[in-house]
Amino acid sequence: MTAELVRGQNHPLDRTRVEIRVAADGPVVAGVTLGDAQGRLSGVEAVAHPGAPRRTGIEVPRQAAAEHRIAVDLDALPEAVHRVSVLLALPSGTGALTTFGAAAAPAVAVTGLDGTALARYTLTGLDAESAVVAVELYRRQGAWKVRAVGQGYAGGLPAMLHDQGLPQAAELAAEIEQAVGLGQARAVPAPAPVAAGRSERPVTGPPAPPAGDRPSTAPRTASDDPAASAHGTGAAHGTGPTAEPTAAADPAAESGAASPAPVAAGPVDYRHPRRRGTPAPPGPAPSPAATPSAPATVPAAADGPAQPVAGDAAGWSMDERLYNQVWGMFEDLARSVAAYRSAAGFAASRLEQELDEALADPRNRLGTAADAARATARDRHATLVTRARAALDRDLGQLVAESQVVEPALPPAFARWDNPVWHGYQPPQERPMALRLGDLHLPEVLDLRIPMLVRLPLERGLWIDSGPGSAVHGGPDPEREVARRELGSALTDGPPDEAELRRLAMETAVAIAARLLAVHPPGDFAVQVIDPAGTAAPALAPLVESGALPALPVPGAQGVASVLEGLTRRVDLVQMAVRHRAADSLPPDLDTAEQLLIVHDFPHGFDDRALTRLRYLADEGPAVGVHLLMVADRARTREYGPVLDPLWRSLLRITPVPDAHLADPWVGHAWTYEPPLAPEGSQVVRQVLGQLVAARRTP
Amino acid sequence: MSVNLSKGQGISLEKSDGGSLTAVRMGLGWRSAPRRGLFGRRTSEIDLDASAVLFAEKKPIDVVFFQHLTSDDGAVRHTGDNLVGGAGKGGDDEAILVDLARVPVHIDQIVFTVNSFTGQTFAEVQDAFCRLVDETTGEELARYTLTGGGDYTAQVMSKVHRVGGGWQMTAIGEPSVGRTFQDLVPAILPHL
Repeated sequence: MTAELVRGQNHPLDRTRVEIRVAADGPVVAGVTLGDAQGRLSGVEAVAHPGAPRRTGIEVPRQAAAEHRIAVDLDALPEAVHRVSVLLALPSGTGALTTFGAAAAPAVAVTGLDGTALARYTLTGLDAESAVVAVELYRRQGAWKVRAVGQGYAGGLPAMLHDQGLPQAAELAAEIEQAVGLGQARAVPAPAPVAAGRSERPVTGPPAPPAGDRPSTAPRTASDDPAASAHGTGAAHGTGPTAEPTAAADPAAESGAASPAPVAAGPVDYRHPRRRGTPAPPGPAPSPAATPSAPATVPAAADGPAQPVAGDAAGWSMDERLYNQVWGMFEDLARSVAAYRSAAGFAASRLEQELDEALADPRNRLGTAADAARATARDRHATLVTRARAALDRDLGQLVAESQVVEPALPPAFARWDNPVWHGYQPPQERPMALRLGDLHLPEVLDLRIPMLVRLPLERGLWIDSGPGSAVHGGPDPEREVARRELGSALTDGPPDEAELRRLAMETAVAIAARLLAVHPPGDFAVQVIDPAGTAAPALAPLVESGALPALPVPGAQGVASVLEGLTRRVDLVQMAVRHRAADSLPPDLDTAEQLLIVHDFPHGFDDRALTRLRYLADEGPAVGVHLLMVADRARTREYGPVLDPLWRSLLRITPVPDAHLADPWVGHAWTYEPPLAPEGSQVVRQVLGQLVAARRTP
Repeated sequence: MSVNLSKGQGISLEKSDGGSLTAVRMGLGWRSAPRRGLFGRRTSEIDLDASAVLFAEKKPIDVVFFQHLTSDDGAVRHTGDNLVGGAGKGGDDEAILVDLARVPVHIDQIVFTVNSFTGQTFAEVQDAFCRLVDETTGEELARYTLTGGGDYTAQVMSKVHRVGGGWQMTAIGEPSVGRTFQDLVPAILPHL
């Protein structure tokens, strides 16, 4: 366990052969002084420094570097030595740093020979010092301990050595400086681009992988780049440019010495030599100190968002990948808008507060000060909102681009009716995984429609609300009216009257039913309709004329009863067969296709018995392939009291006209839903159903 | 170069190439309580929790913790609550990922905290640490060893904050006492 020392704290050492590792933000000189019990030095031979790196039991590096390893064999030290002080000093003349306060705090670790850290200490709080005693190892009752010292000297090495009782302090300090200068002369000069900045991260890595290799949009991959994590925390204590490896150092130190280590250039590149391959991170250009050639080598492409590709989410099949991608876009849009709304809301509340303050301050009551304060507050508000909008627009640009490649790639089950994929429609062989129930959008972003995909088989039935929307909310909702006006869709020209709404509701039901029929293999899906009043006939025409629906529903209570009776029997039998694993003993006349029951104009024609059956179907049906699609005015069903509330709640409400009532699962925005209606005058639904029925006849 | 910090120390960090951070991860790791004998599951588990609080001009706007794993804007994500700890080998048992490019424009500081939900002090938890990693390079920016940290159950670890057009990290390392991040808000406020 590594002890993190604070200044003055000590920690016992359980071994006598240790290494002291130094990591600093720039080149430093490391040295060791060997003091007696009083901490005094016997003479210049008691100091290990770059000019005299070897003393008995001690070896220090010969030159300045950002990282050092100092090998210490405490057993080999003379008996008289009681205190081993590790000192760091900034080399003069390199032009890099003159005080420790100008850089990040250096850190010192005492480690075993295998690199396991025994104690660590970060020398914080340094300011104008140019030399510092970092840690000291000292004898205490026969054992060795380490103490965090952190004593800095603004007077540099001479002051420090003088403080330790060395008479020749100034001469020795000069000797050390000279040795460091020699060491720098020996070092390999830095290649120009590498010297760009004291970079922990390579500025000149190979170009980042092309966008296509990372198949996702920037928002979703920003944090899971495998290349980045693979280079993790390895070699945190890289061997660095230690030209004279210590006796205990591993062979990597040798290669570190041979690698182009830009010691002489002052700013030190202390990357690990094996870590060169890390791609340059996206982001701002390197430090201002960079040579002009350095920024050119940073791949500009890494900065921009990846080009969107359809189907680049995870999944086992293309459909699943597209499904996940659409849901990913849905979430990203929800969250981007949440960020925008949060910022805009904050700006508004801050504006209000600042206006209040301006008003409350009596000094502002006269003169122009109040006006100025108000203008400042408004400016601050406008600036923040503008920045928030810019961030939103950046995200939207990416999502719109993604939508533009994703929409044409969608399979029929996910595609709008106006998608060309429907013109090449072939009855499918397999059941789809999901169905597009409509489009969703937010008022901030009118031009980006997110497909509303629900998994199949439908776990929740649907309720198409044919009543005027305001009745559901108990009053007109101004926001929704605004949203409706903003839409500018043909459907929203003026408030649709009730008859129109009912017609549109049934058309929506038929559009969904036709879509469900079309995306299932022929014979795997069937539609039944309850329409006691017989008013749905015009809307049902496409289904009946193509033969997808064998006949118009039987009107009256009798029709209601017979359809419910048949479906209840089917649910009961299939449930029994499933429970007893006797699927082959189902009666041969039972239609095993999944069933969609459209109930039009509910609750017209329903008695208590029929109502009970309907609720039974809503509860038990989905598990055995009987799904419910209600077309009803929620307000009118209230006449039945609370008995229908559970049914209402168990169904997913959608609307025949665009209406902001669906919440997303992440932040709960109110999304405007648009039903999946075919374009005006389009024959695509009839054509598709015709092909389906033809395929059903010729198996 | 990761900076090792101990309790109460603060240090201002800037990436040494002068650039700013784009994605950071706060990692929290600790060793699970040893399991003994029959009904070993009754061993008192150790549950540390990492949280991130998003501030706009010193007002808390959003928080990411084990009950709210993703900030509403999607920029800060918690990878999920770990209730028992891990092997104590240095891997992160809980992590919070921050995509700084997506942080809403009004959020100017994000403070990371650690709490002991089950109430053990850091003196009792083995091999506990928290760290901040630059996700674009995988390099550790700062690390705190929590173990041996005395009679505290919480720590305000560090904050990332906007500087000019970019982000910077400042280590805080303020020990405190509390079960969840709410208890820490008084300890956080002086550091904003």
